[in-house]
Amino acid sequence: MKIWRYDDNIDTDMLFPGKYVYTCNTAEEIKPHLLEDLDSSFSKNVKEGDLIIAGKNFGCGSSREQPVIGLKFVGIKAIIAKSFARIFYRAAINQGLILIECPEAVEAYSEGGNVDIDMEKGKIIIDSKTFSFPKLPKEIIAIIDAGGLLDYTRKKLKRK
Amino acid sequence: MEMTFAEKILTKYSGLKEVIPGEIVTVKPDHLLTHDNTAAIIQKIKPELDKYGIYSNSLPIIVLDHVIPASSEKTANNHKIIREFVKNNGIKNFFDIGFGICHQIVIERGLALPGKLILGSDSHTCSYGAIGAFSSGIDRTEAASLLLTGETWLKVPNTIKMVLRDNLKSGVYSKDVILYIIGDISASGANYCSVEFHGNIDQFSIDDRFTIANMGIEMGAKNAVFFSDDITRKYLNFIGISDSSYNPIYADKNARYFSELQYNLSDIPPVIACPHTVDNVKPVAEVSGLEIQQCLIGTCTNGRFSDLKIAADILKGKTINSGVRLLILPASKDIFEKALKAGIIETLVKAGGIILPPGCGPCLGAHQGVLAPGERCLSTSNRNFKGRMGCKEAEIYLASPATVAASALYGKITDPRKVIKK
Repeated sequence: MKIWRYDDNIDTDMLFPGKYVYTCNTAEEIKPHLLEDLDSSFSKNVKEGDLIIAGKNFGCGSSREQPVIGLKFVGIKAIIAKSFARIFYRAAINQGLILIECPEAVEAYSEGGNVDIDMEKGKIIIDSKTFSFPKLPKEIIAIIDAGGLLDYTRKKLKRK
Repeated sequence: MEMTFAEKILTKYSGLKEVIPGEIVTVKPDHLLTHDNTAAIIQKIKPELDKYGIYSNSLPIIVLDHVIPASSEKTANNHKIIREFVKNNGIKNFFDIGFGICHQIVIERGLALPGKLILGSDSHTCSYGAIGAFSSGIDRTEAASLLLTGETWLKVPNTIKMVLRDNLKSGVYSKDVILYIIGDISASGANYCSVEFHGNIDQFSIDDRFTIANMGIEMGAKNAVFFSDDITRKYLNFIGISDSSYNPIYADKNARYFSELQYNLSDIPPVIACPHTVDNVKPVAEVSGLEIQQCLIGTCTNGRFSDLKIAADILKGKTINSGVRLLILPASKDIFEKALKAGIIETLVKAGGIILPPGCGPCLGAHQGVLAPGERCLSTSNRNFKGRMGCKEAEIYLASPATVAASALYGKITDPRKVIKK
């Protein structure tokens, strides 16, 4: 498992340039351009189960959801950041991508450190230190458990 | 319980007796805005649309503005798919290419009104706070779900009260105010929060308020609002909306705020956001003299009649520096027409400006003014992210229309007070 470390204010243009927004929609089309203007090695080398650790305001900017779809598709297990921008946070819930807001854990992490996440207990273990993060509200867990917002909506429509 | 604007409006739309920050509520918005991304949105839910249909044909507002006229076969086909969807579903509010930028259309067509709740699959949907509405950006997937069900969840936000005191000095505009605030509290300073503007706001026209609310997202805000007042009422009357067709919502006097910030507007000089974050804000005077190759006046942030007039007043009878390309992007057809009649377009063209069709143009780097490596652009738009205008080795600076017009004259970043007659 590789940990990709990024700074504060990683914006949606760095995660997925605007010039592709109206031409790349599927996960396969999105993948080669993921993080293109931030880290050109990312899309070639990212592997299923990798983590991203970042600073504050991750995903700020546009309402574009391609970064979330792409990061979920390549198998990013979770993004741990000091904070997330709100539309990006919603987009992640909608696609079932795990985001963990835990500034203390980000501060504690240094290159080469070992990171374990226990989603059930809401804990991150970095080397030997344990950090807690708040559990998501039940309304949000229901969306994630359904496999994302569209599957959640489909189930709701069927029930009606 | 005394409530903030966001708490009151979310109480109303959730049908609950009261709500508290952090609570998750289900709401049915008055409108859902989508633009060129409508094609991708409807493709996500094609089987469901066939089976269940859309929730309501008066919920969507669809405006083609992001890549207009189409730049490629793919974007042309997106537009075609959207036109067919509009026709087949009898969508009531559809604006094809040429009408203008979606946020401008929503306001000038009276679709955003005080006390209304609007969501949109564009981050600058927060603009309608200019008119006293609660509006916020969502992603495409959520827009798809809303098209089918008409409802979604919102977390009741904390609210920041921003009190604007005193008056702006000559050469300083609403764009300077919002850049200054973002520079002060940072690009995440209002993250997840609702922002209310209080204080001496009657010096701000609807155009000014639009610029400020538009950039609420650049400090992370969920929404940013100016309460409806006489200026709002007069604007709405002017576009044919009677006072009885809406019910404004105001924060209660003793509402509980997460924080309160005070700004003395007379302390604010012309400012500029330097690469590559919107909160990297400095006085224009600190970076003056820096050479620029492209200037952009327009977009949903600053493409209104008053913005074009400020630029024309500075450029009248003059010619821009030969090292600079000046792109002009009126925010709508109505603004374009009004500027034509007033001679503003003629002034700008004579000075060396290139007029682009009313749409998003080069702001998101898709077409019409993409930058080359090493180039520097000074723009009235809202984002200066690396790569935003199509090239990661270019630099984008953000400022008011006056600063951009003055800088175009000299080919260098210039304090507008140098050219503004007092």
